[in-house]
Amino acid sequence: MVEKVTTINVSKLREDFPVLKRLVNGKPLIYFDNAATSQKPESVIETTDRYYREYNANIHRGIHKLAEEATLAHEEAREKIAKFIHAKHTEEIIFTRNATEAINLVAYSWGRANVGKGDKIVLTIMEHHSNTVPWQLLAQEKGATVEYVKIDNDGMLRLEEVHEIIDEKTKIVCVTQASNVLGTINPVKEIGKVAHRYGAMFLVDAAQSVPHMRVDVRDIDCDFFAFSGHKMLGPTGIGVLHGKSEHLRRMPPFLGGGEMIREVHTTGSLWKDIPYKYEAGTPNIVGAIGLGAAVDYLSKIGMENVYEQEREIAKYAIGRMSEVKDLTLYGPRDIAQRVGVLSFNLGDIHAHDLASILDEDGIAIRSGHHCAQPLMEFLNVPAMSRASFYIYNTREEVDVFINALEKARKLFAR
Amino acid sequence: MSSEIYKDIILDYYRNPRNFGDLPEPDVRAKDSNPLCGDIIEMQLKIKDGRVDDIRFKGKGCAISQASASMLTEAVKGKTLDEIKAMGKPYVLELLGIDPGPTRIKCALLGLKVLKLSVYGYLGQAVTEEVKQLV
Repeated sequence: MVEKVTTINVSKLREDFPVLKRLVNGKPLIYFDNAATSQKPESVIETTDRYYREYNANIHRGIHKLAEEATLAHEEAREKIAKFIHAKHTEEIIFTRNATEAINLVAYSWGRANVGKGDKIVLTIMEHHSNTVPWQLLAQEKGATVEYVKIDNDGMLRLEEVHEIIDEKTKIVCVTQASNVLGTINPVKEIGKVAHRYGAMFLVDAAQSVPHMRVDVRDIDCDFFAFSGHKMLGPTGIGVLHGKSEHLRRMPPFLGGGEMIREVHTTGSLWKDIPYKYEAGTPNIVGAIGLGAAVDYLSKIGMENVYEQEREIAKYAIGRMSEVKDLTLYGPRDIAQRVGVLSFNLGDIHAHDLASILDEDGIAIRSGHHCAQPLMEFLNVPAMSRASFYIYNTREEVDVFINALEKARKLFAR
Repeated sequence: MSSEIYKDIILDYYRNPRNFGDLPEPDVRAKDSNPLCGDIIEMQLKIKDGRVDDIRFKGKGCAISQASASMLTEAVKGKTLDEIKAMGKPYVLELLGIDPGPTRIKCALLGLKVLKLSVYGYLGQAVTEEVKQLV
C-alpha cells in the first residue's frame, strides 16, 4: 500500500506560531490541547492587530472611510468562510460568539417556533454539552422528549439505532461531525438522509471537524451547521452558524436590537434580511476579520493536507501509546474513522494528576469530563486525559509525551 | 508547579489512605464534590465534649484530593470544633508540605470544605460564604 506523503513542511510552519517558541517550566511547550483551542499564526495576530491600529470603526452604518474599510473586511471574511465550507450563498453565514451560541440560536429561534408537546429531538450520546443542553432546555419548555443514539464498543455510533430512534415525531436530529472525546468521525451525510426522510431538520456540530478536514455543507445537505473560530486558528469570541437560506428567511429573529432591524416603530419592527437579522448589536468585528485570516491560512495549506498531516501524527501517537503499559485508549481503532483527538487513561492515575505531571515537562493536555458527561456516564469513566493534535505537532513531541507518560506510570507505581 | 507535589508522602496517603471507610454510628456526616473534576469526599465524625472523637472519610478522585482529605482526618482528631472552624488554606498547605499551585488548590481544599460542612451541620449553623467558596 502506498502511503500518501504529506506536503506540509511542519518545521517551517511552526515558525508561523509565536507561542510555540515558548518554554514552559523550562521545557519547550508541547501543545496537545488543540481540541480545546488552537494556537494562532502570526497572520491572524497581525490581521487583528492591524484592524485596531489602522481601521477600527463600527460597521454597516458608517459613511466615513474607516467604517467602509471595516465593513468591507468584515463582509469579506463572511465570503471566505462561505467558500471554505462550500456554502451555496454567503448570506447563509451568520456570525455568533461560538458554536454554542450558534446551536442556541437554532434552539431558540427555530426550536421555539417548531417544536411542541410530544415531539422528539434526537441527539447522540457523544455530543458536547453545547449540543445537549440547549435541546434539553427546549424539550423541558415545550414538553418534548430527547433521545440519544448510543455507541458501540469501538466508539462508533450505532447506525441501526439511528434508524430505530428517528421517526415521524422527530423534529430535529443534532449530531457532532467529530467527537471531542472519542475522535470518532460520524457519517453525517447518511444520518441527515434518515432525518430528512422523516421530515426532520438536521443540525451538525462541526466544532471539531471544520478545523481538521475538508467540509462541504451542500454535500452533507444539513439544515444547520455550527462551529467555532478559535479551534481553527482564529480568535476567541467568534463562531459561525450556517443555515440553509430558506430556513433562515422563515425563522424568527434570535436576539433583538440594533444592526438587525430595517425599521423600528412604537407599534413594532421590521427585520433586515439574512444574515443581519440574526446579528443584533455591534458584532465581534475583529473576531470575524481574524477568522477570515485563519481561513486564508488553512486554505493555503489545503484542508486535505491538514487532515493527512494530523492523521499521520495521530497514527504515530496511537502506535506509541499502545506500547505504554496499563494505557487505555478510547475511540475507534481505525485511524480512518477518527480525527486527531486521543482520550485515554493510564492505569489508575487520575486524569488531573496525569495532567499535572505532564505539565512539568511543558506538555499541555486536557483532563476531566471534556464537557461530555452523558458520554462519560455511558462509558462509566469518571475522567479521561486527552491529547489532541493540530498541524504544528510533530513526532518528536509525541516521543517526549510518551516518555512523560512512562515517568508518570513509574511515579505512581511506587 | 511540578510533580514535586507527588512526594512520596502524598502518594503513600493516596495508595494507603488513613481513616478511610465508615464509622459505626457517626454523629454527623457531610459530602461534597468539586464540580470542575467530579472529585468526591464524604466525612463522618464522632463528636465528644466539643472535640472530634473519631473521624473517617470516603471518596473518589485525584491523589491530591484524597491524600489531603486523609491527612486532614489524622490531623483533626482531638481538635475542638472552633479550631476546625478557624482552619483555612494555610493549614492544609502545611499538612501537604507543598503548594499544589492555582490549578490544583481546589483539589487540596475539598477535604477541608467537607470537614467544615460536617462541623457546621453538627452545630446546626448556617455555612459561611468563606466555606462555600473553598471549592
